[in-house]
Amino acid sequence: MDFGFTDDQRQIQRTARELLAERARPERVREHAEAGRTDAELWRELSELGWPGIAVAEDSGGQGLGRIELSILCEELGRAVAPVPFLPTVLAATLIEHAGSPEQRERWLGGLAAGETTGALGVAVDGTAELVIGAPEAQVIVLIEEDRTARVLAAEEAEVTPIASIDPTRSTARVSAGDDAGEPLSGDVPGGIDRALVAISSELVGVCDRALEMTIAYVKERKQFGVPVGAYQAVSHRCAQMLLETEKARATASFAAWTADSDPERLPEAAAMAKAAASDAAREVTASAIQAHGGIGFTWEADVHWLYKRAQLDAALLGGAKAHRAELAAILAEQLGASTTA
Amino acid sequence: MDLTFSPKETAFRDELRGWLAENQPEPEPADGGEDAHYTWRRDWQRRLYDAGWAAPAWPTEYGGRGATPTESAIYFEEIGRARVPFAANTLGLLLGGPTLMVWGTPEQKERYLPPILSAEEIWCQGFSEPDAGSDLASLKTRAVRDPAHPDEWIVTGQKVWTSGAQYSKWCMLVARTDQEAAKHKGLTYFLMDMEQDAVQVRPLRQITGEAEFNELFIEEARIPDANVVGGVGNGWKVALTTLMNERAGLGFALQIRLRQLLDDLIAAAAERGLLDDPRYADALAELHIRCESIRLMAWKGLTDAERYGQPGPEGSLVKWLWSDTNQRLTELAVDIIGPQALTTGTSWSYEFLRARGNTIEGGTTEVLKNIVAERVLGLPRLKVAA
Repeated sequence: MDFGFTDDQRQIQRTARELLAERARPERVREHAEAGRTDAELWRELSELGWPGIAVAEDSGGQGLGRIELSILCEELGRAVAPVPFLPTVLAATLIEHAGSPEQRERWLGGLAAGETTGALGVAVDGTAELVIGAPEAQVIVLIEEDRTARVLAAEEAEVTPIASIDPTRSTARVSAGDDAGEPLSGDVPGGIDRALVAISSELVGVCDRALEMTIAYVKERKQFGVPVGAYQAVSHRCAQMLLETEKARATASFAAWTADSDPERLPEAAAMAKAAASDAAREVTASAIQAHGGIGFTWEADVHWLYKRAQLDAALLGGAKAHRAELAAILAEQLGASTTA
Repeated sequence: MDLTFSPKETAFRDELRGWLAENQPEPEPADGGEDAHYTWRRDWQRRLYDAGWAAPAWPTEYGGRGATPTESAIYFEEIGRARVPFAANTLGLLLGGPTLMVWGTPEQKERYLPPILSAEEIWCQGFSEPDAGSDLASLKTRAVRDPAHPDEWIVTGQKVWTSGAQYSKWCMLVARTDQEAAKHKGLTYFLMDMEQDAVQVRPLRQITGEAEFNELFIEEARIPDANVVGGVGNGWKVALTTLMNERAGLGFALQIRLRQLLDDLIAAAAERGLLDDPRYADALAELHIRCESIRLMAWKGLTDAERYGQPGPEGSLVKWLWSDTNQRLTELAVDIIGPQALTTGTSWSYEFLRARGNTIEGGTTEVLKNIVAERVLGLPRLKVAA
């Protein structure tokens, strides 16, 4: 039993954090968010380092590392609110890798792993997904229908209409596709979705972590009535609550990433837990961050709102906390049924 | 990251599980009150002791198995899973013994450790006082040297929340020995013999109706100098060792109990056809997430402790989450089962009321939040006018 990272994993984490501290500084994130542009230079750099392909199999052009390593990168990019299409690209790659045919993998994974093409993943109703992160620039789009069937489309096979969301650190679009557009993904779609949920959850953990870090720094600094506001228990206990939520999300996301690699039978349960915990945590922690920043937290000028906004989109992506708790309750009922009939 | 157990850890679990399968305690006494219940737990500890399972975490030289922290956690998971009672001398095994191992003299270790293990001598904890709860260091119980017998101390004061005091031979007592020193510095840690008239034990009836705890009235009790642990004036440090051990092991057993209670509730919901009722499914799923988070965070804390030595203040998060979750769980149980869950004598009514103490005992949630804020997050402490 060892809950810690391996030396290699710690190295990945350290390198990623150092690089993003340098290349995705808040002013740079702001500059791109305000211009509504992806940070193409950063994306190129991350691609050269092989980040988008970290969990893609080596024979498909990736690094062949595990979901834990991918989660580490997702968390760091969430911390930085980096304006790059990393998450949508790895989500698309995950579905194609787990549910695609050899031909589909051959066609798409190399480019996605190398960051030469970017991807997007949307949940559609009758062929239309209302808000798909990363779709405006994606070359490949995966659409999942509510019945958990999925298909892969080249961008030109779909109608992609850019739409502004509250989170301008990433592009978003409405994606619509006719019934016969694209190709069905006929493999393990649920397994792909579960792995996608883990990646999103990890990004949310990073968002929480950064929101808490910024808040702690602020409440130590900001004085009212002659003392740092962080000395007041109304504020410090809120911060403690933020840590509790963050650690709950982190524990469940780590567990889910581990099951994806090492105990896939428990993955459906672990993924639902992680997405529910991380979605709730991120909304609560980033909201608390704004509250603890007081008036300045509500201004455009303070950077804490980028985290709040990303938290909302990720929390809603592939189902919010309530949806995943419902899923979990069904899994528990099934386990109970299995144990009483056994 | 590797969430599987090593072959050695698995062998440890299998051996214990096998032993527990073949060695069940006698049925829990239905009547006879507290005394019968205590005797039942003492007899159970003796069987654990005979098989070498009373305190596997103790070093072999003191009669334990030298179990690693992971094995020790496995031990409590299995004890919880088997639904067997805690040993009668749990406070001696988990708190007193380990404290003596750190601070005791060779003579003290030789004298006191063996009877803790065998349940011949039961231990209790004399820390809290009516006016010293969360602010433990403000305690007022006084110990002064007897002018006529300078190798003896005379102790006067009052202690509260002392569980098992009526069965105890020894009390881990923290008393003020220097009125002049700063409040954390004037304290000394003693082992007080409970078998003297100067110590009166009065049961403290709690909201469940039973008396798990007691008040101690100490009126010129005598303690020989040889029973000072860790040196005069060093009581706060020694007490912290005791408190650090308080949550470490027991946490795993409590977490398993919580899990069992949730499994019982899920089964009760299923029986009533409420498991897919959205009014309850959401709350049950949230409880499941919390239970799993507690388990994962407890294991993570253990990994950190094994890597970096001491358990960190992060353990406060686990205790906080556990106590809050247990309260939510028992409230939901009443919602799901209905008012009959509140019938006196039912296990749910007991669990419901007992859970109310969880956010107070072993560090109130408010104090835990302070610990997290100050020691984990590094936030400044508000200076309170004295």
